[in-house]
Amino acid sequence: MKKGEISLAKKRQRDTNRVAAIFLAPVVICLVIYIFYPIIETFRTSLLNWNGISANQEFIGLDNWAKLLQDGKFWTAFFNNIKIMILSIIIQIPLGLAMATFVEFAGKKSTIFKIVWFIPMLMSSVAIGFLFTYALATNGGIISSISQLFGGGNIDLLGNPKTALYTVIGVVAWQFTPFYMVYCVAGYTNVSEEVYEASVIDGANKRQYFFHIALPLLKPTLKSAAVLSMVGSLKYFDLVYVMTGGGPGDSTELMATYMYKLSFAQFNMGYGSAVAGGMFLLISLISLLTMKVLNGKKEDY
Amino acid sequence: MEQEYRKNRIKSRISWVIATILAVFAAVVAITPFIFMVMNSFKDKFEMLTKGVFALPAKLDFSNYQEVIQGNFFKYFLNSVIVLFVSLAVLLIISAFASYPLSRFKFKLNGFVYAVIVACMSIPVHITLIPIFKMSQSMHLYDSIWALIGPYVAINIPISVFILTSFMEQIPKEIEEAATIDGCGKIRIFFSVILPMAKPGLSTLAIYNGVNIWNEFIFGYTLTQSQPNRTLPLAVWEFQGQYSMNTPMIMAVLTLTVLPMIIMFIFAQDKLIKGMAAGAVKG
Repeated sequence: MKKGEISLAKKRQRDTNRVAAIFLAPVVICLVIYIFYPIIETFRTSLLNWNGISANQEFIGLDNWAKLLQDGKFWTAFFNNIKIMILSIIIQIPLGLAMATFVEFAGKKSTIFKIVWFIPMLMSSVAIGFLFTYALATNGGIISSISQLFGGGNIDLLGNPKTALYTVIGVVAWQFTPFYMVYCVAGYTNVSEEVYEASVIDGANKRQYFFHIALPLLKPTLKSAAVLSMVGSLKYFDLVYVMTGGGPGDSTELMATYMYKLSFAQFNMGYGSAVAGGMFLLISLISLLTMKVLNGKKEDY
Repeated sequence: MEQEYRKNRIKSRISWVIATILAVFAAVVAITPFIFMVMNSFKDKFEMLTKGVFALPAKLDFSNYQEVIQGNFFKYFLNSVIVLFVSLAVLLIISAFASYPLSRFKFKLNGFVYAVIVACMSIPVHITLIPIFKMSQSMHLYDSIWALIGPYVAINIPISVFILTSFMEQIPKEIEEAATIDGCGKIRIFFSVILPMAKPGLSTLAIYNGVNIWNEFIFGYTLTQSQPNRTLPLAVWEFQGQYSMNTPMIMAVLTLTVLPMIIMFIFAQDKLIKGMAAGAVKG
């Protein structure tokens, strides 16, 4: 009898495995074709001197990687990504939290603010890029027109290498702050009504409630918002490609725009692949380190 | 006591006034570029230059819009709709399939497969771009909207599986056990029990991924080339070459590309906001 039970359990497990395999097959096939194979292929291509078109693929070993390490332009691009990352986290998340807190405290009356604040989220990065190219134009842009109202001259924010990157960061903040607002609003719904009521009964005012109760409870939300913003900033592409194309000079060059231009404008696919590979490795490294740091100090509430 | 209370009330009222002023300022910042876009789309080329950007258009002139619509605009729109529905259907089916065993079965590789899929979330798509570009050429899909389906499905799988798996985990075990006792096999349980119960999760996911796919840029830009084969976000390029000095014209194109999202926002605001924050589960 015992023997029969074991074989029955075995049979059941085999059945489970079979069904699991059937259900997981599509996802595995899809990821292998469109993600894992391309990653390997990119690393292989990074060992070639190849223009992407000709059949002539010259194997050059690690030459592209050696070049990458010494390529000032790549590291400029990397540090531009880092600047965007830091300023995005510093600007967008606190603003989003402030907006969400306003919505949370003001209640129904603030719905109109929530709707208006959400508007940037309705536009694609490409549309935003084009809109701001024109809205920030030296001639007839919003900022220039405001400056003229006060008797100033035209202002060329995107054409000046000193201001271009910060202007881009401002536009990125315009685009993504509403996302972090929605994110924090969702976080607030996890802070239960009873907690708020209990704190009010205990005599806490809104400021005390925010700093001593809501903020600690929102910590996990804010942490994952920071991770999202970080990964997003490191792979940023659309808006910058449309708005500045990395220029003027290389003042707004990012890893992704540099890789794209190398591969699809200069058709240097070998080196473009090395840049893509470098970008992949740097982002993976930074993500892993961040996860480790954040999870290392796990706090429970 | 009375005085203290009054002082606190005044203090709280002042902070509300300040907060409201800041809120209004943020609202102005959020909406000004948008108004700039819509308002100037009705002007003619010279009107904007002579009267300034903040002047209301002289009349509600739809001629810019007429000109845009006479181009390839409907073709772009149709392409985007096809790509959206096909990718979304495939994506949701594949993700639901994968999430079922990952959320409810015990088998050796479960943890590993799940970890690998979720780890894909932070992969930059750019590393897949060159090989997928080459693949689309060798499969003779290059410069056709069908080249976009595969990548659009694949890049949205990790987050979808992540969200759906946690959704399916919350479906009570008892329902499944009852079905097993009734003689349902694992495959039938998926179609007749789990899938119907996962509907709310799937609809949220449809909005989240739908917006991403609708707005996607880099694959669309790389894998298609001729204008009739492109998607809506790329519509601006056709007009930018022709009318780069004609800002109102470009604004009309942009307004039209945003219009579907605005309509959706008006009719399903809560759903849209909730769907777009679907990534807002702890990452």
